[in-house]
Amino acid sequence: MVAIRYETPRSVSEAVRLMAADPGARVLAGGTDLLVQFRTGVRQPSAFVDIKRIPELMSIAIDAHGLRLGAATPAAVIGEHAELRRLWPGLAESVRLIGSTQIQGRGSVGGNLCNASPAADTTCALIVNRAECVIAGPNGERTVPVEAFSIAPGRTVLQPGELLVAIRVPRPAARTSDAYLRLIPRTEMDIAVAGAAASVTLDAAGLCTTARVAIGAVAPTALRVPAAEQALVGSRLDEASLKRAADAASAAARPIDDKRGTTAYRRTVAGVLTRRAAAIAAARAREQGSHP
Amino acid sequence: MTAPRDFKYVGTRPIRHDGVDKVTGRASYGADAAWPGMLHGFVLRSPHAHARIVSIDTGAAEAVPGVHAVITGKDLPETTATIALGEAAIDLRDIGDNVLAKTKTLYHGHAVAAVAATTIDIAREAAAAIEVVYDVLEPVTGIDRALGAGAPILHPALVTKGAAGPDAGGPTNIASRMELKRGDVDAGFAEADLVVEREFRTPMVHQGYIEPHACIARCGEDGRAVVWCTTQGPFVVRDACAAIVGLDPANVKVVPSEIGGGFGGKIVVYLEPLALALARKARRPVKIVMGRDDVFRATGPTSGSKVRVKLGAKRDGTIVAASASLWYEAGAYAGSPVGAGAMCMLAAYKVPNFFIEAYDVVVNKPKVAAYRAPGSPIAAFAVESVVDEIARELKIDPIELRLMNANAEGDRAPYGPKYGPIGLAQILEAARAHPHWRAPLGANQGRGFAVGFWFNAGMNSSATVTLNSDGSAAVVTGNPDIGGTRAAQAMMAAEELGIPVERVRSNVGDTDGSGFTDVTGGSRVCYATGMAVIRAAEDAREQLRARAATIWNVSKDAVGWENGRAIPPAGTEKASPMTVAELTAKMTQTGGPIVGRASLYAPMAGPAFGAHICDLEVDPETGRSRIVRYTAFQDVGKAVHPSYVEGQMQGGVAQGIGWALNEEYIYSADGVMENAGFLDYRMPVASDLPMIETVIVEVANPLHPYGVRGVGEVPIVPPLAAVANAMRDATGIRFTELPLSPPRVLEAIEAAAAVPVEA
Ligand SMILES: Cc1cc2nc3c(=O)[nH]c(=O)nc-3n(C[C@H](O)[C@H](O)[C@H](O)COP(=O)(O)OP(=O)(O)OC[C@H]3O[C@@H](n4cnc5c(N)ncnc54)[C@H](O)[C@@H]3O)c2cc1C
Repeated sequence: MVAIRYETPRSVSEAVRLMAADPGARVLAGGTDLLVQFRTGVRQPSAFVDIKRIPELMSIAIDAHGLRLGAATPAAVIGEHAELRRLWPGLAESVRLIGSTQIQGRGSVGGNLCNASPAADTTCALIVNRAECVIAGPNGERTVPVEAFSIAPGRTVLQPGELLVAIRVPRPAARTSDAYLRLIPRTEMDIAVAGAAASVTLDAAGLCTTARVAIGAVAPTALRVPAAEQALVGSRLDEASLKRAADAASAAARPIDDKRGTTAYRRTVAGVLTRRAAAIAAARAREQGSHP
Repeated sequence: MTAPRDFKYVGTRPIRHDGVDKVTGRASYGADAAWPGMLHGFVLRSPHAHARIVSIDTGAAEAVPGVHAVITGKDLPETTATIALGEAAIDLRDIGDNVLAKTKTLYHGHAVAAVAATTIDIAREAAAAIEVVYDVLEPVTGIDRALGAGAPILHPALVTKGAAGPDAGGPTNIASRMELKRGDVDAGFAEADLVVEREFRTPMVHQGYIEPHACIARCGEDGRAVVWCTTQGPFVVRDACAAIVGLDPANVKVVPSEIGGGFGGKIVVYLEPLALALARKARRPVKIVMGRDDVFRATGPTSGSKVRVKLGAKRDGTIVAASASLWYEAGAYAGSPVGAGAMCMLAAYKVPNFFIEAYDVVVNKPKVAAYRAPGSPIAAFAVESVVDEIARELKIDPIELRLMNANAEGDRAPYGPKYGPIGLAQILEAARAHPHWRAPLGANQGRGFAVGFWFNAGMNSSATVTLNSDGSAAVVTGNPDIGGTRAAQAMMAAEELGIPVERVRSNVGDTDGSGFTDVTGGSRVCYATGMAVIRAAEDAREQLRARAATIWNVSKDAVGWENGRAIPPAGTEKASPMTVAELTAKMTQTGGPIVGRASLYAPMAGPAFGAHICDLEVDPETGRSRIVRYTAFQDVGKAVHPSYVEGQMQGGVAQGIGWALNEEYIYSADGVMENAGFLDYRMPVASDLPMIETVIVEVANPLHPYGVRGVGEVPIVPPLAAVANAMRDATGIRFTELPLSPPRVLEAIEAAAAVPVEA
């Protein structure tokens, strides 16, 4: 039996130093993925580097440019942030879907991204909001768009010694809103069988000028669906264009067949959720237009 | 019939005696015990569903520093003993082999060796060093494979017991076959205007109790042993451990811990004999705690099934004939509850002609254990779905149809005896009169109705009621409390003694400290053990009357008893009524301590019916459904503590809904269980369910002094069919296979849209 070290760095540079010095060390945020994997023997780290005592990783800041979300900020704190919920309701709802009240007391968006599950709930909502990952490492800081952050189930672009510090989300344009939906057979404590997020921007006349669509749990990583976005742009987000977006999402899905859902089922549901998420985002954007 | 009694405590809702300890985390469960010098045990389990054990080399494991004992099947004697358990006997040879495989492993997760070491990590590491050579065999993954041509055979020596079927003789996976018949079925079907036949399938499901199995055991040089464990049946554990490990039962004491759910699954032993055998070898206490994955893989779920049902009815709704074939998976060893399923399936209906055949089929899956009304929910799913079809075809209200055919007092039950007073008609009428039955439904919603039956059990029970000098009392029985029975027992003692219920402590004794008592199961505790408590309290009360007689110097017969006080005979000088406390204060002077006791065997119990209304809403684009409203009606005889009766009804419904909607054992082609955890074995969570409404109906059971019937099992019987019937109503599709998981429902909706079928 080997002893496992537990480290509590107070700064990003200290955390990077600890991570770079020990290839077997793992970052510990809320631990709601990591500790489960540790207990079941999937991961046996030599050290836990607990990042929750680094103030900048535990903060939410919103300014004229947008949101800077500390990577380890617990989901419960995010879910209670009124301004964040107003500006990015879909992102907030994706965070509020994670696990349960207890899980949200610890689990973070950084952990959700770094665990790199194809079914992670926040990924799609971050992608449609053009979010970027701010990464610190031995060679300084770099940024990577969220859609390029995960490269395979359980794998990200993080290099040894690197750490996800924050997620940056640009402030939405006028008459822009988002939505995220997932399907689970139960109401909580389950993993998405399929998920879909949409963000739409309307012009003053109600025409869709920009759209972003992403689907989750239907491919090795969350997918942006340009064909679905094209189906929405230029439309009034009417039934026909929503249906085209849904079909595009189903076509883009590359799901697996497993105990959580069949290929055909996931493909169908990815489309249904895309249509519904886009409709909700559109309704929210229209709502903003009516109360400027 | 005697006039209904006016109760003081029975029927009230005091706070349960064990409540505060539980909500504050002070209660001690199976895994909470730690003894000096304790070792930790780890069980090595088979990675193969079906394999012959060629050899096991434990040398490397024994050499790991910190390891104190390693055992394999060779360390346990072969036993042929059985334990009586109601009608079914527990075959200890099978249990012994299930606890630790001797020559073959029969399911993925079957124990093959166990290690005791100073830490759990060392034990795990040592177990990994055990070298097992397997000769891997083709697994029997389900009923169809078990019965198919050239099927692999689990037990070469197995012969089909019971009424011989067409395919009797030769190697078989059919452990038994049973028939149940009445009248002339062919003539009955010939008389019918409508015949509906369907075939149903359900997967294996687990009880899903929150507390995993856990125990700690020690065994001294003198052969005396103590086992602390989470169990529904400490006396079963005692006798099973003694036989399997090879000890004298007189030397084995079993202490039941607080229990975190059982539902029938904590009657047989799994870890206890291993801990005991390791403890004997190591001469140190050994503790073993299962993980959730082991609970799923290696403890007893209930059967997967195939059931074919055919019902014939006249145009006016009279059911005239029934035939059914049932195949239940027993898991690795004989003993599915298929017989009970066959006996329960027509219990609600007067059917003049029927023929039922029931097959117990062994497959390479864990050995099934009891699960709440074992066998009945599966059979009810089939029959109640077909009755629903008949109601639809004949355009008769489903409750009306059931009322027309309902059995009543004096009718002969399909399984033999004549019914005494039963509350079937009363619950049906209560359901028909309930606002839920007429409430409007929303879009994509459907309503389903179903009834269910369970025999309930009596069996052996003992109780003592000890009076303290301050007038308080302590009740001891041998039944672990899984459903609030301690509170009910305290209420019964308080009722008989006339002392406040808060002044009665209710305790679960160990196998040395309580009189012999059968398991907590069969919905028997409040009924049979409750009856023992009532009699023990009466015994204590009679002794109090005798003490009063001594004090007053009158004959005992002259002493009256009212409202918890001894009443002197009229005209006795200077004597005034004495309370229990006044009498117990003088116990030492009047003859010493007072202990009331009673032991009894209750050959029968009060059978009971439940009727459920389920409203469900389905999302036609995703197949996902949601239970919108649910009301359960049940004849409980007499509700001693109505809150816990309602809790039992709600709990049974919740488990039944899980079984209907999402729960299932998922196996790979090579027999490996793929969802051995609560993430992918989808039991309902609290937010999945609406508040389950309950309606208690009380038709007194004449066998019990207060009229009590068993309550805990009936409510899991109707939900499978009630949910499926609601799904039929919402979608127009008759589902014959569970669970009604979103992919299955969507597939059926899409298929129905593609090829329009008659609704
Ligand atoms: C009961 C239960 C229910 C759940 N339900 C959901 C659900 O509904 N939806 C969902 O998406 N997830 C769910 N999860 C998974 C988990 O809760 C989420 O993924 C959560 O967001 C993880 O965050 P965390 O802070 O706990 O991560 P941790 O467990 O601390 O970390 C996860 C991984 O990321 C790494 N890591 C964490 N932070 C960083 C960082 N800043 N830089 C570099 N690496 C880092 C860790 O080393 C680890 O490998 C559930 C988990 C449980 C136990």
